Amino acid sequence: MEKVNVKINNINVQVPEDYTVLMAARDAGIDIPTLCYLKDINEVAACRLCVVEASVNGVPMRNLPASCVLKVQEGMEVKTNTKRVRNAVRSNLELILANHNRECLTCQRNGTCELQSLSDEMGISDIRYNGEQRRWTIDEVSNSIVRDSSKCILCGRCISTCRDMQGIGILDFTGRGFETEIAPAFDYSMNDVPCIYCGQCIQACPVAALREKTNIDDVWAAVDDPDKIVIVQTAPAVRASLGEEFGYPIGTRVTGKMVAALRRMGFDKVYDTNFTADLTIMEEGTEFLNRVKNGGKLPMITSCSPGWIRFCEFNYPEFIDNLSTCKSPQQMFGAIAKSYYAEKAGVDSKDVVVVSVMPCTSKKNEAARPEMEVDRIRDVDISITTRELGTMIKQTGIKFQNLEDEEFDRGMGEYTGAGVLFGATGGVMEAALRTVADILTGEQLEDIEYKQVRGIEYIKEATVTLPIDGKDTDINIAVVHGTKHIAELLEDVKSGKKDYHFIEFMACEGGCVNGGGQSHVSAKTRMYLDRRVERAKALYEEDSKKEIRKSHHNPEIKKLYEEFLRKPNQEISHKILHTRYERKTSYDLKNQEEYDKLKDSIK
Amino acid sequence: MAIYRAHVLVCGGTGCASSNSAKIKEKFEEKIKEMDLHKEVQVISTGCFGLCEEGPIVVIYPEGAFYNKMTVEKVDKIVEEHIYKGRIVKDFLYEDSLDEDLIKSLSEVGFYKKQRRVSLRNCGIINPEDIKEYIAQDGYMALGKALIEMTPQEVIETVKKSGLRGRGGGGFPTGVKWGFAAPNEADQKYIICNADEGDPGAFMDRSILEGDPHAVLEAMAIAGYAIGATKGYVYVRAEYPIAVKRLEIAIDQAKKEGLLGKDIFGSGFDFEVEVRLGAGAFVCGEETALIASIEGKRGMSRNKPPFPANEGLWGKPTIINNVETLSNVPQIINKGPEWFRGYGTDKSPGTKVFALGGKINNTGLVEIPMGTPLKEVIYDIGGGCPDGKEFKAVQTGGPSGGCITKDDIDTPIDFDSLVELGSMMGSGGMIVMDEDNCMVDVARFFLDFTVDESCGKCSPCREGTKRMLEILNRIVEGKGTLEDLDNLEELAENIKNTSLCGLGQTAPNPVLSTLKYFREEYEAHVLHKKCPAGVCQALLNYKITENCRGCTRCVKVCPVNAIEGKVKEIHEIDQAVCIKCGACMEACPFDAIIRK
Amino acid sequence: MMKTLEELKKLRDESKKNMEMRDTDKKTRIVVGMATCGISAGARPVLQTLIEEVDEKNLSDVQIVQTGCIGICRYEPIIEVYKPGEEKVTYIFVDSRKAKRIIDEHIIKGKVVNEYTIGSEEKR
Repeated sequence: MEKVNVKINNINVQVPEDYTVLMAARDAGIDIPTLCYLKDINEVAACRLCVVEASVNGVPMRNLPASCVLKVQEGMEVKTNTKRVRNAVRSNLELILANHNRECLTCQRNGTCELQSLSDEMGISDIRYNGEQRRWTIDEVSNSIVRDSSKCILCGRCISTCRDMQGIGILDFTGRGFETEIAPAFDYSMNDVPCIYCGQCIQACPVAALREKTNIDDVWAAVDDPDKIVIVQTAPAVRASLGEEFGYPIGTRVTGKMVAALRRMGFDKVYDTNFTADLTIMEEGTEFLNRVKNGGKLPMITSCSPGWIRFCEFNYPEFIDNLSTCKSPQQMFGAIAKSYYAEKAGVDSKDVVVVSVMPCTSKKNEAARPEMEVDRIRDVDISITTRELGTMIKQTGIKFQNLEDEEFDRGMGEYTGAGVLFGATGGVMEAALRTVADILTGEQLEDIEYKQVRGIEYIKEATVTLPIDGKDTDINIAVVHGTKHIAELLEDVKSGKKDYHFIEFMACEGGCVNGGGQSHVSAKTRMYLDRRVERAKALYEEDSKKEIRKSHHNPEIKKLYEEFLRKPNQEISHKILHTRYERKTSYDLKNQEEYDKLKDSIK
Repeated sequence: MAIYRAHVLVCGGTGCASSNSAKIKEKFEEKIKEMDLHKEVQVISTGCFGLCEEGPIVVIYPEGAFYNKMTVEKVDKIVEEHIYKGRIVKDFLYEDSLDEDLIKSLSEVGFYKKQRRVSLRNCGIINPEDIKEYIAQDGYMALGKALIEMTPQEVIETVKKSGLRGRGGGGFPTGVKWGFAAPNEADQKYIICNADEGDPGAFMDRSILEGDPHAVLEAMAIAGYAIGATKGYVYVRAEYPIAVKRLEIAIDQAKKEGLLGKDIFGSGFDFEVEVRLGAGAFVCGEETALIASIEGKRGMSRNKPPFPANEGLWGKPTIINNVETLSNVPQIINKGPEWFRGYGTDKSPGTKVFALGGKINNTGLVEIPMGTPLKEVIYDIGGGCPDGKEFKAVQTGGPSGGCITKDDIDTPIDFDSLVELGSMMGSGGMIVMDEDNCMVDVARFFLDFTVDESCGKCSPCREGTKRMLEILNRIVEGKGTLEDLDNLEELAENIKNTSLCGLGQTAPNPVLSTLKYFREEYEAHVLHKKCPAGVCQALLNYKITENCRGCTRCVKVCPVNAIEGKVKEIHEIDQAVCIKCGACMEACPFDAIIRK
Repeated sequence: MMKTLEELKKLRDESKKNMEMRDTDKKTRIVVGMATCGISAGARPVLQTLIEEVDEKNLSDVQIVQTGCIGICRYEPIIEVYKPGEEKVTYIFVDSRKAKRIIDEHIIKGKVVNEYTIGSEEKR
C-alpha cells in the first residue's frame, strides 16, 4: 500500500493511499463532524456535515466535498475550519435540527445522542429555519423496538445495517424529498414484517428514532410490590458492557459491581443467567449426542439466539427441525425459577417475578412468545436491556464506581467459565465441546480452550475428533455470527456443499456482547475500536479466572439434577426446558399462496 | 418502389397529436382514396416541425406548402383544390410563408430562417416509423463507416475533434467522456441514453425521439463500438408514450434489418438496445440516480467519484449521453468533425435545440447554431412577446438555470457565456417572461418544483430547499422581512456548495439569479408589501375606480360582502374583508375595477 | 436483413428517390397545369410521363409540381419550365412524346425545344 502526503489544516500527515480525508484528519488529530457516517456500513456522504475545502496541487476542488468519501491524493490540501466550511456545517446542522423533535430532556437518548453532542460541539445557539416538520409516526407495536420518525435524521445508518450488515433489510427510505420517511414496506409496523428484533438498527441509530421499548417501570412496579418475590438474572454479556454506562472503557468487566448494584436496587434474589447457560449445555449436549448416536436430524443448530430463531422461522423454515429444542438460557432460568426455586423457597410460583437483564432487544420478544410458559405460568416476566439497567441504577442514586464487588446469591447464581462464554461468538460451541468431549472420552480433559471457534471471523469451521461408541469420529462444527453470514452458510448446507454435525448461530456480529441492548457506542468511536473484540475479551478473561470451567462440573447444576430434574432430556426437563418453533410468513399477503408460487418460479 | 407525385406530411409529434393530428391524417387518407389519388399521393406521419404554436401542421410537397392550425374540416378542401387541382389553398397557409403570391421556401420563413436543423434534420421530413426513410437520409451509413472503416479509437478521436459537448446540461466534451470509458477492462460495458428530460417546459429530446428515433439508436451503437459496449439502454420517462412506441418500433425494425443485434455488417460487433421506463422522478435524470433506477433501486444519487465511465451500471464502465448529444454523432461520423465545427463557436461548436416557451409569439422547437445572440432567438425567430408587452427576462436551463435580462440580451448563446451570467444552457428550455411576470413568483415556481423532486438523501437539498421555499412563500404573501432575504442568500450559497448532486447544487440558481438582477422586486415585496408585476395575489388590492357606474353587479358577486355601494354611486371595496378572489373584476362590465 | 454495408447503400439509393420530393430547395421546377381544362386536354398522362422520366433518368434536382389553371386554356396541356438563372419557358399542346423530348433536350441537355413553346406558336 502506497502512502501519500496530505496537509490538513496545515498539518502534514502521511497516510495510506486508500484513506479518506476523514480518516487522514483523524491521524492529524482533527475530528471532522459526521452524522451519517458509520464505518464500513454507511459511507454515503448524505448528511453533508463533514464537508471541507480541498485543493489538489493548488487547484481548488469544486464546491465543498464530503470528507468521509473523498479519497486522499498526493499534494492534497484540506481546510476544515474556514468561514465557508463553518457556515456550511452550521447551516446543514441547523437544517437537520429544524426538522427534528427536539424534546431532548425527556428523550431516551438524552446524554448519548450523537446529534445532541454535535450540536453542543458546534455551539449551535440558534435555529434559523423553522417551518414545517415531517410527518411524525411512532410505531410502538412490537415488544422490542420502537420506531419514532419525529427524531429521524434520515442518515440511513439503520437501513444499511439491516440490509447490508445483517442481510435482512426490513427498513428503507419511503416517499421522496421532504416527505421521506424510513419505514418498513407498505407502511407496515415493524411487528408485521420479518424483523428479528436484533436491535442492530438501534445500535446504528445516532438518535432516538429507533429505540428499545422500555420496561423499567414494570420492573420497579414488581420490586415495589411487597407480595412479589423478584428474581433478577443477568446475561454474561451484560457485565462486559454495563460499565460503559458509567464511563468505564469499553469492555471493562464489572461483574462484582453489577451484582452489588442489583442488590441495592431491591431485588429479592440476584442470580446469573450463566447458571442456566451451564444447564443449557447439559440439555443440549445430551440432545446432540442423542441425535448423533440415533440418526437424529443433523446438523443440530443452537437455539439460544432469539434473533436467529426468528430469522430461521421467516427465511429458512426448512431448518426448523435442525434447531435444538432447548429453550435459551434466559427462558430456562425462568422455568427453573418458577418451579425448582419456588418449591425450595416455599413460595407460590404465581408470586415469583423473573426479570432478566439482557444485552438483547429480541429477548423482550422471546419472553413474550406464547409457548414460553409452563402450565400457564410465564417463564420470564420482564426482560430489560443493559442500557435500561444502567438507567435504573442511576435512578436509585447508586454511585456505581464506588461499589465493592459482591457475589451472586447461592442457589441459581453459580456458574462455570463455560457458561460465561455464551456471550461471545463461539462461546456456546466451546462450552458444549468442553462437556461433550469429556462425556465421549470419559476423561477430564485438560486442554479445554478451543481457539478455532474464537474470534470475529464470520464463518469459523473446525473438525473435532472424538470417540463415539468406541469409534473415533470426525465431528464437523461451524460457528457463524451475523445473519447475513448465517444465510451464506445455510445455502451451502442446503446445496450439499458443506456438511456439519453441530452449528452455533448468533444473530448479532460478535455474538451477544454486541447485542442490540448493549451500551451505545458512537460512530466516532467505532472508527477505531471494535467493541465485538473488546467486550469479548472481558468474557474470555472471566472464563480464564474461573476455577470451574466446564458446565457439567457446576455443583449447583449437579444439585438441580439430583433434586429436581433427574436427568437431561427426560420428562421434567422436556416439559419445562424444551420448546417448539413454527414457520412464520413475512409481509402478510392476502394471496400468500400465489406469492409463494411466483417466488419459487423466479428462483 | 412506388413513385408518388405528392407527399402529404402530417405532424405526429405529441403537441400536434394532442390536437388531433392523427384524425387529420386519417381524413387525408380517406379523402385521397375516395378521389382515387392514393397511388399518386403518399400520406405520412412525421416528427415535430418545431413551430408548435401553429400546430397541427401539415406540409405538402413538392411545393412545400406549410398549412398551419389544421383541422379535420379543412382536409377536404385541401385535397380537392391543392392535391387534385394543383391550386394551393392560400387561406389555409401559414401567413409568413406567403410572399405576395409566391410560396416561400420553408428556409425563408422568419421562424426557420436563422435556424440550422442539424439534430432535427429529419424531424418533419421522414416517417419515423419507417426505417427505409431513415436509411434514405444516409441512415446507418455512419455506423457502417465506423464498423468497417474506422477503429474504436478513431471514432473517439473524431468525436473529440468535433468538440461536441453534452447537450443535456453538463456540457462535458463527449469525446473525452468516451475516452475515459474505453480503456477500462471489463466483461461488460454499457451505453445509456438519458431520455428522462425532466425540465418543465423542455421537449427537445421528446421531439427527437418521436421524429427521428433511429438517429439515437445508430449513435448508441457507434458509441458502443467506440468504448467496447455491447448493450445499450434508453431510459425514457414514462410520460412520453409516443416516444416509447416509436423507439420500440425503431428497435424492432433495426433488428429485422440486421442493423442492431449480432455481427452488424459482418464486422463482429454486437449491439443490443433495450428501452427502460422512468417512473416520474426528475432526479432520475441525474446520471447516478438514473443508474440506480435501472438497477431496480430507489432513484437516489450517489457520490462521484467513482464516475460512471469507470464504475457505472452494475459497477461496469458506462457512458451516459443525452438524446440530443447522440443525435449529432452519426452526422459527425458521416460528414466529418470539420463540418460540425462549421456551425457554432470555437468552444461550443455545433447547434442547440431550444424549447421556446412562455410569453413569446412563436412557441415551439428551434435549433440554432451556438453563438447566435439571444436577441435573435427571441425577436427574429420567436417573434417577440405577444400583445405588445415588453420583454423582461428569459429563463434558460429550467429549474437549474437563471434568468437573463434585457441588458444582456446581446449575449451569444453558448455554454460558457451563459454560465458567466449566472445561468446555464441546461437542456435547452427557454422560458420568456414579460412585464407581467413577477420574478419572485418565477423563482418560487421553480423552487416548488425542485422541492417536490428532491430525492431526499442529503440534508442541504432535502431540508434547505424546503426552507427556501417557505421563505419565498412568506415573501409573496407579504410576510417577508429583510432578514429573510439574507437568510435566503445564505441558504442558497450553502445548498449550492454542499449538495450531493446536480439537482441540489443548481436548485438555488433561479433564486440567486433573480435576486441578483431583480432585487428591487424582492425588496418591493418585503419592504412595501407590493408586487410590481401585479401577480402575487396577497399583495394586490382590488380597487374600484371612477369609471364605476354604480350598477351593483360586483356587490352581488362578492362572496364575502366586501363591497359597499348604492345604485348610481361609486362603490367601495373594504380591504380588510376582501379575500382577493377577483370575482368583482370579472363581473364589472365597465372595467372599473383594477388590481394593483 | 442486411449483412453488409453494400446492401445498406443499395437500400439507401432505392429509398432516396422517394424522399427527394421533400426538399423545396430544388434547382429546376416543371409546373404542369392540372386544372379541369388541362386534365380534359390530357394533362394527366403528361404528368405521369414527366414523373417517370425524372425517376428513370435520376434527375434528382428536378421537381414536378402541379398547378391550377395557368390561364391560356386553349393551349392546354401546358407545362412551364423554371430553370434557375434562365427565363421561364412555356410549352403548349404537350403530350407524352413531347414531354419525353423536353426532358431529354431541355432539362438534360439544356437546349430549349423551341418548336413546342408558346413563343413559336404565337409567331405563326
